[in-house]
Amino acid sequence: MILALVIVFGLIMVGGAVAALYTKDMVSAIVASGIVSLLASVLYLVYGAPDVAMTEAAIGSALTTVVFLYAWNRIVKQRQKDKEDHK
Amino acid sequence: MIKRLLLIAVFAGVVLSFLPLTSLLQTRTGVTSLAQQYLNRAPTDYNIPNIVTAIVVSYRGLDTLGEVTVLFAAAVGVSLALGFRRKARPGKDEPVHAEPTKVPASEILQTGAGLLLPLILAFGVYIFLHGHLTPGGGFQGGVVIASGLLLALLAGTFADVPHGLLQVLEMLSGASYVAIGALGLWLGAGFLDPRFLPAGEFGQVYSSGAIPLIYSLVGIKVGSELATVISDLRRNS
Repeated sequence: MILALVIVFGLIMVGGAVAALYTKDMVSAIVASGIVSLLASVLYLVYGAPDVAMTEAAIGSALTTVVFLYAWNRIVKQRQKDKEDHK
Repeated sequence: MIKRLLLIAVFAGVVLSFLPLTSLLQTRTGVTSLAQQYLNRAPTDYNIPNIVTAIVVSYRGLDTLGEVTVLFAAAVGVSLALGFRRKARPGKDEPVHAEPTKVPASEILQTGAGLLLPLILAFGVYIFLHGHLTPGGGFQGGVVIASGLLLALLAGTFADVPHGLLQVLEMLSGASYVAIGALGLWLGAGFLDPRFLPAGEFGQVYSSGAIPLIYSLVGIKVGSELATVISDLRRNS
């Protein structure tokens, strides 16, 4: 049971990581990397490291994702501004 | 060509020079002698059920202080890079930051955030107060508190976190952390030694010397620091 969970989560994590690398839409890539962190935190919990799991869930999947989204938002705005300046 | 061959030869030489070390590799059959020491000594030394916390706060307390310092440096860096509101210079450029029209949060998010925020904050406090009893501790509690504040910011429960209050909290808790460490040097056996407070009853909240106090300070510091970072990023995006 636990092994099946680990295998399924591991496969989804690999899929999420590859998707984060190759997807064209940046927001999807950020969300995919957040999913990798979330599943990793479940795996840490399964393997008996609740301390690490808590940190990974809060930092890896919540705060890091939001920081990436804010940074991406800023980049998009800057690009728009540069385009308007060119015209 | 010669240069590249030489480079490859040097690289291979460096890699091969580590080959003899592989003879030292062996399969572990039990915990290392150091881990065994911690397992034997932590309950009697500090009267603490959670040995991970004993290691993080006391045996390896200096590492934790270093981690807190790294986080502090990162937060200061973000504040320096993004924290200041850029003032429009008159005549030179028009105000860049015309306040963007913010889409108000949906009612579901607002209600949910209002319901969850006190629970998340209480849970964060619980995690760092019980760091010596249950898994988790200052860092974990701090990030939970920061994520709760983030939720409130996203839902628009309040427009911005109180920067001044957070800075004062962060400053005071950081300074008290180091002060308690120094107090251990004075009253106890060494820097960050928590045994200058009574060991208390095993498994109670008020036990394990100064460990709950130290972890609470770390939790407040980490939480306020991360909340400041998030709000700086949000304000400038």
